[in-house]
Amino acid sequence: MSDIRDDRQYTKTHEWVMNNGDGTFTLGITDHAQELLGDMVFVELPASGDEISAESEFCVVESVKAASGVYAPSDLEVVEVNESLEDEPELVNSSCYDDGWLVKFKSGDLGELLSSEDYQEVVDSE
Amino acid sequence: MNKTCLNSQHIELGGKMVDFGGWEMPLNYGSQIDEHHCVRNDAGMFDVSHMCVVDIKGNSSQDFLRFLIANDVKKLTSKGQALYSCMLNESGGVIDDLITYYLNDDFYRLVVNAGTTEKDLDWISKQSEEFDVSINHRKDLAMIAVQGPNAISKTYQAIPGTEEICRNLKPFHAVSIGSLFIARTGYTGEDGFEIILPEKSAEFTWKMLIDTGVKPCGLGARDTLRLEAGMSLYGSEMDDSVSPLECNLSWTVDLNDKDRKFNGKDALESLKSAGTKYTVSGLILNDKGVIRDHQKVITNQGEGEVTSGSFSPTIGKSIALARLPKESSGECNIEVRNKLLSAKIVKPPFVRNGKILV
Repeated sequence: MSDIRDDRQYTKTHEWVMNNGDGTFTLGITDHAQELLGDMVFVELPASGDEISAESEFCVVESVKAASGVYAPSDLEVVEVNESLEDEPELVNSSCYDDGWLVKFKSGDLGELLSSEDYQEVVDSE
Repeated sequence: MNKTCLNSQHIELGGKMVDFGGWEMPLNYGSQIDEHHCVRNDAGMFDVSHMCVVDIKGNSSQDFLRFLIANDVKKLTSKGQALYSCMLNESGGVIDDLITYYLNDDFYRLVVNAGTTEKDLDWISKQSEEFDVSINHRKDLAMIAVQGPNAISKTYQAIPGTEEICRNLKPFHAVSIGSLFIARTGYTGEDGFEIILPEKSAEFTWKMLIDTGVKPCGLGARDTLRLEAGMSLYGSEMDDSVSPLECNLSWTVDLNDKDRKFNGKDALESLKSAGTKYTVSGLILNDKGVIRDHQKVITNQGEGEVTSGSFSPTIGKSIALARLPKESSGECNIEVRNKLLSAKIVKPPFVRNGKILV
């Protein structure tokens, strides 16, 4: 069983989004996603300051098995990226909800995201 | 979906089961990278019972195999000796790659790929019409590959009696006793055994190996290990449309005996005189990232394509095999998501017996 936390929201494409309460949000991939991909060996991140439009692929996580895109939940501006992933991409496996976060961003309108219960349904239906 | 006789073991061990050419097989049992390192540094094992064992018996066995495959089984002189080769179609393309074990003048054992079993059996039986041979697909057999620097000693510990029969077994040779067949072959670049045994003994043997500390490994690790070892995978480096002369498998083709006729020989000879255009080479990525299958490669001789791209756990960089224009050398570029990454062209293998060679 994969871990789904109720302190944050989710997308259908297996990202999680956490409201930091200071006008920024943190984004990563879910436990279900990292489990499907397997051992992570490379994470390609955008640059701080990049402006990204909703639904575009703005990070790539690569496991031994496959490369997988990470999608922007809304129009957003990247304010920080997790630089420790450059040397330790495996943090996405070992700590996908904490140390393995991908980017922090600002967004005017985050739109509708999934609650943990709704995301659980997405996972169950796969 | 087909299941091997060890299927319930994989599920009990937490194997992540996937569809592999119609077979439900374990991709990994947790971490593919840990499994990979275990084979390079200690001992791991793979259930390869989905592979197809075919016994060829009869007076014309040697003549038949000299006609069926591109290497010459006449080279096999000591009992148990193995030969890697390809079966070719009339246009010289590879129907499958296989290992042939010589057991007697009237008994050879072939091991062919799982995904091509049906095609291979049809082809083998059609080709055998003019020969006095019997062809027996051994569905009753399982196969466990135990690989790694400690694979042999751990097998001796796990299966009583194996040390006595394998003590003098040379690499690329097999020995059989009763229904147990042990070959010192593999697909990882490490020493070890491929053990062919009756299905009903497989579970017991598998458990004995686990108790001796041999780690179960999935198809994921099997693929990165064979890639580091520079070994070809049917369907990636070669298929029905690729000649062995153009995928770095010329060494598995024997054109020495002018009187020997075999399938695909005419096509090979005309390709040889016309001149080959491609080969399969190794690539190591200089940049960060991971090379993937089918990406475009731009070399000093023109364009090529990645046939097997992945991440090398032993080297810590991405590596690949690629079909490149002959004589490509030095640095090249690989198209990865609309960017060009820089890589170095090298001669495989990348890793053998635990050592990095590139």
